[in-house]
Amino acid sequence: MTGREAVLARIRAALVDRPQATEAARTYQTAGELDATSVLARFVERVRDYGAAVVVTDDPRAAAGDALTREGARRVGIAADLDAALRPDGPTLVEDVGLSARALDELDGALTTCAAACAETGTFALDGCAGQGRRALSLVPDLHVCIVRADRIVETIPELVALLEPSAREGRPIVLVSGPSATSDIELNRVEGVHGPRRLVVVVACSAV
Amino acid sequence: MSQAARDARPKSFSRAAPAALANAQLRANIRHATRSIRAKRAGVVAEVPDWEELRSAAAAIKDEALGRLDEVLLELEAAVQAAGGRVHWARDGAEANKIVTGLVRAEGAREVVKVKSLTTDEIRLNEALEQAGIRPVETDLAELIVQLAGERPSHLLVPAIHKNRTEIRDLFRVRLGLPTLTDDPAELAEAARLHLREAFLRAPVAISGANFAAADTGTVCVVESEGNGRMCTTLPEVLITVMGIEKAIPRFRDLEVFLQLLPRSSTGERMNPYTSLWSGVREGDGPRAFHLVLLDAGRTRVLADPVGRPALRCIRCSACINVCPVYRQTGGHAYHSPYAGPIGAILSPQLAGETGAVASLPFASSLCGACYDVCPVLIDIPSILVHERGKVVARKRSGLEGRSMKLLGRAFATRIGYERAQRLGRTLQRPLVKDGWITRFPPGPLAAWGQSRDLKAMPPQTFREWWESRDRA
Repeated sequence: MTGREAVLARIRAALVDRPQATEAARTYQTAGELDATSVLARFVERVRDYGAAVVVTDDPRAAAGDALTREGARRVGIAADLDAALRPDGPTLVEDVGLSARALDELDGALTTCAAACAETGTFALDGCAGQGRRALSLVPDLHVCIVRADRIVETIPELVALLEPSAREGRPIVLVSGPSATSDIELNRVEGVHGPRRLVVVVACSAV
Repeated sequence: MSQAARDARPKSFSRAAPAALANAQLRANIRHATRSIRAKRAGVVAEVPDWEELRSAAAAIKDEALGRLDEVLLELEAAVQAAGGRVHWARDGAEANKIVTGLVRAEGAREVVKVKSLTTDEIRLNEALEQAGIRPVETDLAELIVQLAGERPSHLLVPAIHKNRTEIRDLFRVRLGLPTLTDDPAELAEAARLHLREAFLRAPVAISGANFAAADTGTVCVVESEGNGRMCTTLPEVLITVMGIEKAIPRFRDLEVFLQLLPRSSTGERMNPYTSLWSGVREGDGPRAFHLVLLDAGRTRVLADPVGRPALRCIRCSACINVCPVYRQTGGHAYHSPYAGPIGAILSPQLAGETGAVASLPFASSLCGACYDVCPVLIDIPSILVHERGKVVARKRSGLEGRSMKLLGRAFATRIGYERAQRLGRTLQRPLVKDGWITRFPPGPLAAWGQSRDLKAMPPQTFREWWESRDRA
């Protein structure tokens, strides 16, 4: 008998009492209640709570450029499919066309877009669609500047998960990011900065880009 | 390092606890850490108006998954395979370890990076890897601390909770060769970053656990803070995930419940910094091979007991540990199990079939119920503790205590027998009585039994005897 057959047989034997196994009613909140202005305000407040910098702007290209300059980033990684209208002047932009992990480690930062965001928890989601690049791009460099479209910010986690489900069904890897890398391992206090990017700048783009 | 930590041989809780209780530094560290996390958790939970609805939904989703676990796992398997992953099934820890070491060897790797995983702690995967000549590198900060100190984890979420910043600094100074390191947590985190960066960049194989796996999309989910989970699931060529079969959930959508409950219950944050979700492999992004090892190792035994079954709902948040008055005094090492605290006291004995030292764990509780109040998946831990005590005692029926109780039961079954036993008891108790209490037990099993019991001496006259003497008068 293979491990698979054995484990399945044990499960079936364990469930001889035929416990109820139907999908439960969802009585919790599945949609937001705030208007768009309040959603944006909450998102900004919650991201700042994590120690990330937030800029709200009509000109994400300029704001991203300013943020990169302010953080001293000279060589910045971007996805090859990042919209030309979002590419700032100033830093040298390095397109990630299969860069090695070491090459990524030598960059000063990465500039990406994101798929969607959630105000309640100050979270944005990456799913590898246009402008976001592969996961390693926004992970290995120590600075991540992420452009979030204001119209892609939802209020609650159920709304965010619903927006991401099509990507999951396509087999796209997804990363949810809430603030810079941190640890609670020393006396259970949150300390910013271990392995992921230690500096995070979120640029909220208010006009459609 | 405490003696309890050094000594990894399984001991019963009551034998292991005194060493922890005698370690004032350990208790102070744990008291401090659990107090701050309790306050943080309470704050972010109070923010969520539909918290109780979320708890009920989480319990129902887990019960649904467990109630048709065979179907859910087969659906998960099919979805992972369709996405280019491979699925392996392991009956026990030894089989899982064999599968993992075989996969690592097939890649020709001498070193693997690891994301913190309780499941791999449970099956002692690191020891199996070392025996196979493979070096496991723990990349979670607390796991690294524990590994460098040669200890075992003492808390589900924060394995090094028993160490304060000064102790961590001293450890890093010696083991990482950084003599000028201070105890500033940011500097300690920086030291870990530098130490591990090279390992991330060169490691060909990573091993992770899983918090959840959605059967419909084949999506595996790892929730973390530091970015080591992202590194391990993204950079290496090959990713191996070891997952207990109870981590499967029916639908991707169900994550909307758990992603609200888990971070708030565990680290007291609205959301943890990073959550990684992936299905199989993705061309041009991340590992080229993905293996999912589905582990039983006693879980089907828990599943077979309808009363104990809800223990499998556990999402390892550790809220129950942080509120437990027993854990607060002893820390995690006294439990001699990767699962400490209230959840460990019901899960570990069930996984082991109520045998061995872990059978003592259901008794390591005052049944105060604080754990049930905070549990995000509504596990009625106190009731399962009592149920487990019953199972442990039932196993011991053939022992000295069991036989004595049987004898007493027979004697007490008739009035004549009962009254004879009373008269005999009054005579026999004489050398044992002091100040109206039976305290002077002769050394041996009776002394051990009597140590934790307050026994009033039998009175010189019973009510019935007094009543009869009154009639005669």
